[in-house]
Amino acid sequence: MSLSDSIPNNVDLGSDKKLLRALEKWQPNFINWWMDMGPEGFQHDDIWLRTAVSVEAGGWAQYDYVRMPDYRWGIFLTPNEGERTVGFGDNATSKVWNEVPGELRGLLRRIIVTQGDTEPASVEQQRLLGKTAPSLYDLRALFQVNVEEGRHLWAMVHLLHQYFGRDGREEAEALLERRSGDPDKPRILQTFNEPTDDWMSFFMFTMFTDRDGKYQLAALAESGFDPLARATQFMLTEEAFHLFTGETGIDRIVRRSIEAAKADPNGDARGQEAIDLPTVQKWINFWFSSAVELFGGEISSNAADYFATGLKGRFREKKKYDDHQALEEVYSVNVIEDGRLTSREVPLRNAMNEVLRDEYIADCERACRKWNRTIKDLDFDFELKIPHRRFNRSMGIYSDVHFDLAGEPISNEAWEKNKTEWLPTPEDREYVQSLMKPCYERGKFASWIAPPQKGVHGMEIDHEYVKFQSEKN
Amino acid sequence: MTAISFETHPDRYKHWNLSVDGPLARLTMDVELRGGLRDDYELKLNSYDLSVDIELADAVSRMRFEHPEVRTVIVESAIDRCFCAGANIPMLGSSTHSFKVNFCKFTNETRLYIEDASKHSGQKYLAAVSGACAGGGYELALACDEILLIDDGSSTVSLPEVPLLAVLPGTGGLTRLVDKRKIRRDRADVFCTTEEGIRGKRAVDWGLVDGIAPRSKFDDAVKQRAEALAELSEYITKGPGITLDALAPNVDDAALSYRHVTVSINADKRTAELTVEAPTTAQPKTADEIQAAGADQWSLRAFRELDDALLRLRVNHGEIGLIVVKTRGDQAAVLASDQGLRDNESHWLANEILRLQARVLRRFDYTSKSFFALADEGSCFAGCLFELLMASDRSYMLLDDDEQVAVRVGPSNGDTYPMGTGISRLEAHFYADPNHVGQVLEIGEAIPTEKAEELGLITVAADDIDWDDDVRIAIEERVAMSPDSLTGMEASLRFPGPETTESKIFARLSAWQNWIFQRPNAVGPQGALTKYGQPDRAVFDYRRC
Repeated sequence: MSLSDSIPNNVDLGSDKKLLRALEKWQPNFINWWMDMGPEGFQHDDIWLRTAVSVEAGGWAQYDYVRMPDYRWGIFLTPNEGERTVGFGDNATSKVWNEVPGELRGLLRRIIVTQGDTEPASVEQQRLLGKTAPSLYDLRALFQVNVEEGRHLWAMVHLLHQYFGRDGREEAEALLERRSGDPDKPRILQTFNEPTDDWMSFFMFTMFTDRDGKYQLAALAESGFDPLARATQFMLTEEAFHLFTGETGIDRIVRRSIEAAKADPNGDARGQEAIDLPTVQKWINFWFSSAVELFGGEISSNAADYFATGLKGRFREKKKYDDHQALEEVYSVNVIEDGRLTSREVPLRNAMNEVLRDEYIADCERACRKWNRTIKDLDFDFELKIPHRRFNRSMGIYSDVHFDLAGEPISNEAWEKNKTEWLPTPEDREYVQSLMKPCYERGKFASWIAPPQKGVHGMEIDHEYVKFQSEKN
Repeated sequence: MTAISFETHPDRYKHWNLSVDGPLARLTMDVELRGGLRDDYELKLNSYDLSVDIELADAVSRMRFEHPEVRTVIVESAIDRCFCAGANIPMLGSSTHSFKVNFCKFTNETRLYIEDASKHSGQKYLAAVSGACAGGGYELALACDEILLIDDGSSTVSLPEVPLLAVLPGTGGLTRLVDKRKIRRDRADVFCTTEEGIRGKRAVDWGLVDGIAPRSKFDDAVKQRAEALAELSEYITKGPGITLDALAPNVDDAALSYRHVTVSINADKRTAELTVEAPTTAQPKTADEIQAAGADQWSLRAFRELDDALLRLRVNHGEIGLIVVKTRGDQAAVLASDQGLRDNESHWLANEILRLQARVLRRFDYTSKSFFALADEGSCFAGCLFELLMASDRSYMLLDDDEQVAVRVGPSNGDTYPMGTGISRLEAHFYADPNHVGQVLEIGEAIPTEKAEELGLITVAADDIDWDDDVRIAIEERVAMSPDSLTGMEASLRFPGPETTESKIFARLSAWQNWIFQRPNAVGPQGALTKYGQPDRAVFDYRRC
């Protein structure tokens, strides 16, 4: 089968010499990367995966057993809907760009490379998790997330190959050369160099970190660079599953935690090899505060540039806003002066990272309300909380001072005194790690997580989501 | 703005850490976010303002005098994944034109001092670029003997001034690319217009850096290169180092008073009078005496004071347009000081003092103020101080009947104090007739006014009847002219003869960078510097000038 036949696409790959030439070289390197850095120990097993083979309603989610290296990573752009115009910024109402405007090359390249770098990074961070999966259902979910992150890498690489010439090809290679946590060639953003080494962290990652991805993609889906807008729009359809995995995963941990606490003679979830809610809260604190960094500086000239040039808009820019110039308004940012919080008015465009962060936080709080509803429905007394955005920051204007969970500035002593209550301690990590034992029996779930409400795509919960072709130990 | 002091000490550094371990020193950049000169900008990502560069200049100087045993200086960053982001853009955006110009001039001089330390003191500089290195950050690296770049798949070196800010690299970056590192000019063109810069192997292939090393091996590679660099300089026993004590001048609105140097300010007339006094005690003759005299010896102290006075005049007294240069004291004492240093040129400290004097004299050449030297009664323009007369734009000499007023050319006026162009001030003065330089150098005795005029050493000889009026009118006439055209004119006339990398750097800085700093495309209401960090973008006037 020729390259163009094996790669599902709607970009007319077969007759695009430029793209074919670039992919002929890159695709084998991608497969090598996948074998090196993809899920370890499961490359020969049959996984019940969905594959996107077209952008039509029935085409983007076809389910079947696939060995991951044979997964058909494709290139899809959401179809054109008539003539679009740039939706915001200084170029608003002029026609969208179908080629890279020379004067915006540098900015666009930075956006695409930074986004692209996160996609393979998460696969690398999660590569060992299969060995301790709490169920076949979850193992499948992990691999589904992994192959789709791989496809999102393809989406960004397509843009680099198609629109950035030789430099784009080099950047596409570099996306495979940097490795998460590699001391020599780490990934660009620090969050993506932290290992995701337990399954609760995986659910936290898909809940919080991937959710940052959703908002970044949604902001880029508004872009005046049409190929970027259409690529990210299609990525968002896949991203939804990743977020679902995280949000429901945490819900299942919470559910099991309460069941275990009730069953335990001492009322201690840990006594039943489940995870107590205070520990779940610590994981939330850690992962939320790490993910919230990804939105960038609170007062940012880059953010203003991205908006002004029409390359990156707000969440639902077109639907939600009337003023697409955003030149007149200001945004109040709380800044630290002499150890105290005071409000500073910033031109709205310079606060676009903060505007996007607001949307994200509201979404996280919505999910948190759902978990609390679960707790309430199970008649248990505990409330999970999303920490304040200022809590535990290492970048941006809140990184110089410590803040408590409610976002109030606190002394170094108070921080040192409380941090073991707020963030995972080595002992907590050791405990959670001790629960990480594989549970590969059909329909069975590990002691620390409840089964999902239903199976995947109409299948039963005990469906054989992964067919092992070799012994697992 | 409150007056800026150029004196500091490693104990007070906010932005750098200086550590010395035998022949190896480390200058670690760790810029304090809110430690700048003003509080309306933050020094993010090791970006710098004048306060950062004052400390750097101090460190480079102390390394030579206080730690002469050092053979390699590693310039590095304390910040993970970031070496230095260059001059702070909001600071530039909100500074006056004259401040920007003087800031750039000072940073250029500091980088030239680094190269001078390598050339004349055997102190090699290694830039250990462990992360993003942009603009002035890369220019700092360019001033070092070698650049080692971390090979982490993302860190680049870059000069983004043109594509990002609509200005030019202001510390010699463009000139050093093609003249010092001899990078092919078409590649330099690509490099200087690619805002994200160039990383890894290509940076080596193009000659932008000397080597790359992966993160895990970076520290070892730095150490190895530092040791190899130390071997490059001829080994001479140096030291013990001396302590550069504080100059601590008395400063008020009307005067700067040092031990040997005085500046009196006449703000109404926009003039100042700079007086350097000759030594009044016996000067060291032997190496041991030079070593023992340390920072107290006149040759070092007086020129450090002159240096500090020039810097303060530039930055704190912008409105002063003309400086009257005077000397007072015994010519023989000045020449004795010169002689002691020349006789012991191979002694490390004598060498350092001569090099420092040469640098201070070049700082004088590059100062944008009119200098009129007045050789009047009691003056002592001899040897190293004769250079002040040669460096001035004009000289006036009192024609006295008893020939007490005289200047004196010494052996040091030959090649001890080269200008930035590489030739001596006498050679520049007599550019039409190189033979004449030799004749003047051979005179070897005091040259009274009439003779000095005949030899062409001075501009005007005036007797005591004409003196006061001639000098007064000349000064008043001068300070009434446009300061801009005077600056341009003086910079054009002061440097006849050949070009060097150094002279090109200053010429291009004054001509191009300072021009661009004034243009609407950079600083107009729609200009790129004005719009940096603002919600809307720059709009250019695309007509070429």
